[in-house]
Amino acid sequence: MTQVLVIADHDGSRLNAGTARCVTAALQIPDAKVHVAIFARDGAAVAAAASALRGVQKVICINRAENEHALAVQLAPQVVALMPSYSHLLGPSNSFGKDLLPRVAALLGVGQVSDLMASESAHRFRRPIYAGNAIVTLETDPAAKVVATVRIASFEAAGSGGSAAVETVNLNVPLPTHTRFISVSAAKSDRPDLQSAAKVVSGGRAVGSQENFQLIYKLADRLGAAVGASRAAVDAGYAPNELQVGQTGKIIAPDLYVAVGISGAIQHLTGIKDAKTIVAINKDAEAPIFEVADIGLVADLFKVLPELQALLGGA
Amino acid sequence: MRKILVGVKRVVDYNVRIRVKPDGSGVALDGVKMGINPFDEIALEEALRIKERGQADEVLAVSIGPDEVQQQLRTALAMGADRAILVKSDAAIEPFSAAQALLAIIRREDVRLAILGKQAIDDDASQTGPMLAALWDRPQATFASKVELQDTVARVTREVDAGLETIELDLPAVLTTDLRLNEPRYIKLPDIMKAKKKPLEVIDFATLELAVSAHLKVLKTEPPSQRSRGVIVKDTAELLAALRQRGLVS
Repeated sequence: MTQVLVIADHDGSRLNAGTARCVTAALQIPDAKVHVAIFARDGAAVAAAASALRGVQKVICINRAENEHALAVQLAPQVVALMPSYSHLLGPSNSFGKDLLPRVAALLGVGQVSDLMASESAHRFRRPIYAGNAIVTLETDPAAKVVATVRIASFEAAGSGGSAAVETVNLNVPLPTHTRFISVSAAKSDRPDLQSAAKVVSGGRAVGSQENFQLIYKLADRLGAAVGASRAAVDAGYAPNELQVGQTGKIIAPDLYVAVGISGAIQHLTGIKDAKTIVAINKDAEAPIFEVADIGLVADLFKVLPELQALLGGA
Repeated sequence: MRKILVGVKRVVDYNVRIRVKPDGSGVALDGVKMGINPFDEIALEEALRIKERGQADEVLAVSIGPDEVQQQLRTALAMGADRAILVKSDAAIEPFSAAQALLAIIRREDVRLAILGKQAIDDDASQTGPMLAALWDRPQATFASKVELQDTVARVTREVDAGLETIELDLPAVLTTDLRLNEPRYIKLPDIMKAKKKPLEVIDFATLELAVSAHLKVLKTEPPSQRSRGVIVKDTAELLAALRQRGLVS
């Protein structure tokens, strides 16, 4: 029996878009019955969203005050307590899943499949290594539970229209007190979420400064796009860390990715290779970004962006 | 003694473009330039800064792998680590086994803080830190971009998808480093000479008597599918026309 538990990523009120993609990954495992677990202070709103995901059979909601800030050390023993009923555990390969799932795997005494990009059977998976420059097919022990983080850019989001039952579960698990949440400073933004946006405009080192990055924000706003940045731009302080796209940042798969002043190091390209259309604007005709771009424009970004803005009209 | 353990992994240099062997048996590593995993250099730098502030007494660099890894441990000693331990193994080591081996060293050495990279740039697994913390039953702070150490606690800022999160951990604890935690120092020639005299202990993996099993069997390794080169447009107007033609911009 293949019983897959997907751990939902959420902020207490909204389900992170990566969860719907994890559900698709779970449904790709042959004969999978898919449940979604929500750990929250009060997960009702998130549970409602998860129960609407097509293919989900049941949503399990674990409400507990300690779950408000999703600390891995406190979630892990609770996930372990659910696992006797499941053969597979999936979560998004983002800052939430990468923190939690290896801790759960170790408590279960199993290895982990990181960045799962395809399932060939219940125990045979494909995943990228070396920043996506090689793909390995690996097999896990059929007698052991499978724990995997999902490379969410590899999967479409599960559709809506489902109506899975929501079950509230009380897990009587002692939790450690050695780790305490202090604060989170989230840049509040009305822009789309980078990880799930249909369109992304990204700036690189050539943008030159934090002030100049306003050109990127402006174009993104005109296109209704999220904003991203290369590692070089983040390291230089032009953009905050949560906007970094690439091997050590976010891996994304928008319909449109506009790379502005980004040369296209392999570590960046691995973060965007699943984008449907890549547009590159760079004055260096030899920049590697042009090797993967569907539409390239060899020109100075400081000339192109104002022109584009003018041609598009509006603010 | 207040000891900090730093995990050091030998990996293919950041700038090398790797090739998959034609027979699918793996990645070609013969003659390829190797170095310390960049995130581990950041881990070592952080440990050294903590010690230089008088908040630690010894920095211990630990690696797992074949004899050649001694090169990277000598580099770690040249950067400033006080001692190094190589847990020698010629077999491939999965993150779970690496966590088991690091824990064995931690128990032997009475470590107060373990700092690891958030991921190794070869397998990109991003597992060893949280696995070590779990097996050790201690706190973890992954993706650290700022670390403030006090007597019994560490306050750590983490780079998370939402922005920056700050948590407080009782020591001992495990940290994994993100890119912006610090900028590792350059090694000076006299430090390389000094490093030759620093202690580097080699322990055979088998003598740790760990219950190690292979969890993941690699069946084949392939190159990724390639994107093909698209069209080059000549100006902004053409760019916009191409976007409109594809229905991507209204």
